[in-house]
Amino acid sequence: MGTLILNASSQTAVESRMAMTETIKAKNLAGTASAAGDPHSTGTTMAIQDVTLRYGDANGVLALDDVSLKVARNEFCVIVGPSGCGKSSLLYLAAGLNDATSGSIKVDGREVIEPGPDRGMVFQSYTLFPWLTVRANVEYGPRRKGLPAAQRKQIVDQYLDEVGLAPFADHYPAQLSGGMKQRVAIARALANDPAVLLMDEPFGALDSQTRGTMQKLLLRVWERQQKTVLFVTHDIDEALVLGDRVLVMTARPGKIKAEIKVDIPRPRSMDVILEPEFIALKRRILGLLHDEIDEDH
Amino acid sequence: MAQRRTAWTRLTTPFANIPASTATALALAMWVAVIGGWALLSYGRVVPNMFLPTPGTVLQTTYRMSLDGSLLYHTFTSAKVVILGFIVSSLISVPLGLWMGTYRVVQAPLEPLVNFIRYLPVTSFVPLFILWIGIGIEQRIAVIFFGTFFQQLVMISDCARSVSRDLVNASYTLGTKRSEAVWHVIFPAALPAILDTLRVTMGWAWTYLVVAELVAASSGLGYISLKAMRGFQVDVIFMAIAAIGLLGLITDTAFRIVRSRVAPWAP
Ligand SMILES: Nc1ncnc2c1ncn2[C@@H]1O[C@H](COP(=O)(O)OP(=O)(O)O)[C@@H](O)[C@H]1O
Ligand SMILES: [Mg+2]
Repeated sequence: MGTLILNASSQTAVESRMAMTETIKAKNLAGTASAAGDPHSTGTTMAIQDVTLRYGDANGVLALDDVSLKVARNEFCVIVGPSGCGKSSLLYLAAGLNDATSGSIKVDGREVIEPGPDRGMVFQSYTLFPWLTVRANVEYGPRRKGLPAAQRKQIVDQYLDEVGLAPFADHYPAQLSGGMKQRVAIARALANDPAVLLMDEPFGALDSQTRGTMQKLLLRVWERQQKTVLFVTHDIDEALVLGDRVLVMTARPGKIKAEIKVDIPRPRSMDVILEPEFIALKRRILGLLHDEIDEDH
Repeated sequence: MAQRRTAWTRLTTPFANIPASTATALALAMWVAVIGGWALLSYGRVVPNMFLPTPGTVLQTTYRMSLDGSLLYHTFTSAKVVILGFIVSSLISVPLGLWMGTYRVVQAPLEPLVNFIRYLPVTSFVPLFILWIGIGIEQRIAVIFFGTFFQQLVMISDCARSVSRDLVNASYTLGTKRSEAVWHVIFPAALPAILDTLRVTMGWAWTYLVVAELVAASSGLGYISLKAMRGFQVDVIFMAIAAIGLLGLITDTAFRIVRSRVAPWAP
């Protein structure tokens, strides 16, 4: 009985949202033709070339097998793939937190050999420094760089404002919700003005409603800040809502199986998930990932 | 939902909280039971007073020794030994433990040795210390040091090792150098756990006091206990035990306060 009522009401909600998207889509098509320019024309920020990663000895897990990809300047590039396919492994390599077994990774033409502030990272787990306030967390990078106090304050204020957490500047991480912690983590990474922002399923631990809010916020920040982003997720909707380009990764060993350009115009609303072109792309990715599962058996 | 549960269900639910008033009442009841039992056994002559003094005698002795200043004198001597031994031990064990937990290359040589030494009974080293150090206060401090240092080292190294890898990784991506990670990340992240370790080992340091004052001491709570034993002054022994317990309680509380001041962000 209860389920029946629930189904009926959600049905109406979907229908009314579909009606809304039609108008949004029309507006997007009219006004933002230039917003979705070709990212490839502006040069490469990150180049991953023939990267292979094996954990342990020669008999260990082959986590990445000959992965190559390029991320263009100011591009929002998303890697989507099932759990355990090697997404985190790849980002850790890009950050310089681990060494590839073979292959090379370059950022702005320089070989990645160790971690550095030019590659900011937002982790899936909460990694705010619990002993520092929100403000001091965001200030951490600029402080390491040795920027003067006045400049630090200006940077911190700007990015806290950007993620809407200025009122929480003096709180400790333990006093924040999961979504707020990840917003601070984003602000903290951006405060270093990195060449590329690496994001490892940053919203994976959040409830679906908060995740939607966070995606919207991230899109807004990205559109304003013009950053190069390499974002990793197992959520196809998230990949398509956010990305200029989605790389489909498959498991054991981790390989890039396909590249899909997402030509959905920006700025995107969260309702794009109901548009036919979105659904068509989603069907393609699901097909690619299902093929993989079928091959497994 | 909660109101439908009976008080009994609440008291017997694993991990469930009980009202603060109930907790206080239970704690008080325990003390009343212990002291009441003691009173019953001693006043009722169930145990001869030569072995178990009455609470009244112990209070009288305490009052007498407070008036002539001897209680304060012995307490001060003992506190000096314990606190100095503890401070010297902590000053070395905190940085060394941090290194040990952080760098495998420090841990690898130290850990087997430390794990061997920390199981050796402190008492067995007292004769050696007397030979090497003599019978001054240094010897007593050495006993406290020996009793706490190796335990502290292992525990603090564990505190450092259990710092989240991703916290350190995050700091690298924000510009922290490898050489800075210990000071900028691992130390502050481990600080609450380190302070808890210090609090616990401070308690252990007190338990070595009597061993430290076993030989060649001429003042201190352990010393007067031993002297009282020879003179069958059980009331003095009881007083000394209570004083050591009370001092332990005071240092424990002090550490809790320090921790809440130094690491207000930690739960
Ligand atoms: N430190 C490690 N040692 C050994 N195997 C690992 C390690 N980290 C990850 N793996 C393995 O590598 C594969 C890819 O892991 P990961 O990169 O975490 O995948 P994802 O982030 O896509 O879920 C998995 O099979 C995982 O078990
Ligand atoms: Mg992962």
